[in-house]
Amino acid sequence: MNVVEIRKLWSVFRTAGVDSVVHQDLDLTIAQGELLSIVGGSGSGKTVLLRQILGLETPARGSVTVLGHPAEELTHAGAASRVGMLFQQGALYSAFTVLENIAFPLRELRNLPEDLVRDAVMVKLQMVGLDPAHAHKMPADLSGGMVKRVALARALIMDPPLLLLDEPTAGLDPDRADAFCTLLRSLHRELGLTVVMVTHDLDTIYELSTRVAVVADKHVLVDAPIQDVIAFDHPFVREFFLGGRGLRAMELLRQPPGAV
Amino acid sequence: MLLGRWAAADLADRASWASVQSTLRGLRGKDSAGVWDLRQIQRLDHTGAQFLWNTWGRQWPAEVHTLPAQRSTLERVARFSVALPPPDRQTAWGVLLALGVWVYRIEGHIADALRLLGQLLIDNLRLWRAPEKAPWRDISGHLYRIGATALPITALVGFLIGVVLAYLMSQQLRQFGADAFIVNILGMALIRELGPMLAAILIAGRSGSAITAQIGVMRVTEELDAMKVMGIARGFRLVMPRAIAMSVAMPLLAVWTTVAALLGGMLASDLVMGLTPAYFVAALAKAVQVSNLWLAVGKSAVFGLLIALIACHYGLRIKPNTQSLGEGTTASVVTSITMVILVDALFAVVFKDVGI
Repeated sequence: MNVVEIRKLWSVFRTAGVDSVVHQDLDLTIAQGELLSIVGGSGSGKTVLLRQILGLETPARGSVTVLGHPAEELTHAGAASRVGMLFQQGALYSAFTVLENIAFPLRELRNLPEDLVRDAVMVKLQMVGLDPAHAHKMPADLSGGMVKRVALARALIMDPPLLLLDEPTAGLDPDRADAFCTLLRSLHRELGLTVVMVTHDLDTIYELSTRVAVVADKHVLVDAPIQDVIAFDHPFVREFFLGGRGLRAMELLRQPPGAV
Repeated sequence: MLLGRWAAADLADRASWASVQSTLRGLRGKDSAGVWDLRQIQRLDHTGAQFLWNTWGRQWPAEVHTLPAQRSTLERVARFSVALPPPDRQTAWGVLLALGVWVYRIEGHIADALRLLGQLLIDNLRLWRAPEKAPWRDISGHLYRIGATALPITALVGFLIGVVLAYLMSQQLRQFGADAFIVNILGMALIRELGPMLAAILIAGRSGSAITAQIGVMRVTEELDAMKVMGIARGFRLVMPRAIAMSVAMPLLAVWTTVAALLGGMLASDLVMGLTPAYFVAALAKAVQVSNLWLAVGKSAVFGLLIALIACHYGLRIKPNTQSLGEGTTASVVTSITMVILVDALFAVVFKDVGI
């Protein structure tokens, strides 16, 4: 079953009376259980694509179907049980404690008893590798890595089948980024999630994704496992994956797992 | 045997929650060591699993049949179910510490305010010595934003207040046959008190909040730190231009508001009492001494300086998060309006012999 189906999508923004086309006849299908990375140059419309899947933008033409429904219906009540989103800066509600942030979608259901909500939050908090002692802290008191983990716990609180990530490792030091990748991979495996992420970080792409979609020239250039993407002949792909940083990161692929 | 969807959204439905509750309560009475079969459940999420786990008294029942995915969800819940650590309790010691924090905060406010004032004096000296290096563009920009763009709203408010005041007064004065004294009352009240006060309160709400929010956002986006790293004095570039612009614009706005209010009063007295504008103007010159106008202008300049300093003070104290930004802006407006009224009362006491 396909979790996300994008057909002939056009994204158009009108600034100062001039239309700028970001996507033109873009097609993309994401199947259940995949871990898809969307890559592309700055301004190529990766984040817009993510926002289209979330229903935060409206297609100018074409259709975006998520879990069998049009994407614009996604933001209706109960959206937290269909899709979870990890924003780049976490987007934690700064007036709430960690506990209240994670509990927010559950409490909005209005009918679940408080102790059940609290237990569910504590389980999610530990699933993302945070100590229960952090539950009463305010987001302003957390480090960048902890903010991401809390935001991930909040995105997962209703066990949505689809998880979207915007630059999940941006702003984390390499150690934390590695730990976060490991966490994402284990959650992906254990919960059977479908994960879509936008990232620039080559290590993250090589480490996590089962498939890579390259967005360039207003459409999906190539959409395949990472080895096939690297073999694809296009200026952007060459620069992105086979530039200096790309070659260094690719060493990871060659090394057998577990090698030091 | 359990059926159906055991997910948070489904459980939260009022009807199904009630029925699940009553069924499980019935079960608990009979035989707690029964056989649980979860294999027919369509969807079991962590909230549903948590609910079952709590129902089982946080231990595995004697016999459970599950699908592998359900078992792993339940195992995760079982592993991670811990009591919420209690929030920090309030003790007498804690209350004492909170009092100390409060005292330190007051002290910090006073120290920061003094430092700001001192820095402003130093910056003004620097401006005096080398006027060609001053941020004149900033000052003129702030003058435009604080002063010129506030002209319509202050005129409108002043005019309406003038009309309302003249109308109410005329009703009272007519009872004593003292119609002509409306000019004295309006002239004195508007020029000496209401004009400057109205303008100051409007500007405190309009530009004071804007200054606090502006500087606060610069803190949130680390622009203040960037300025410091470049060696640009924020007192000289941020506080002083605003203070100068505010203390120049404020008296002008006060006069402008007063004129608008007097026009409104003149119009209302012409309509209600038949006092011609010519008489109004002539009587106004006799009733109100010019020293009142100087007093009004002088205290408006002080109001302007106060509003700018308070707004900058709160702006610079904002911490890099959104909640602090909102709190700081509110505190800035409330404090500056309160201070304006306090200082106005002080002026009234000190200058009680002037112009009356």
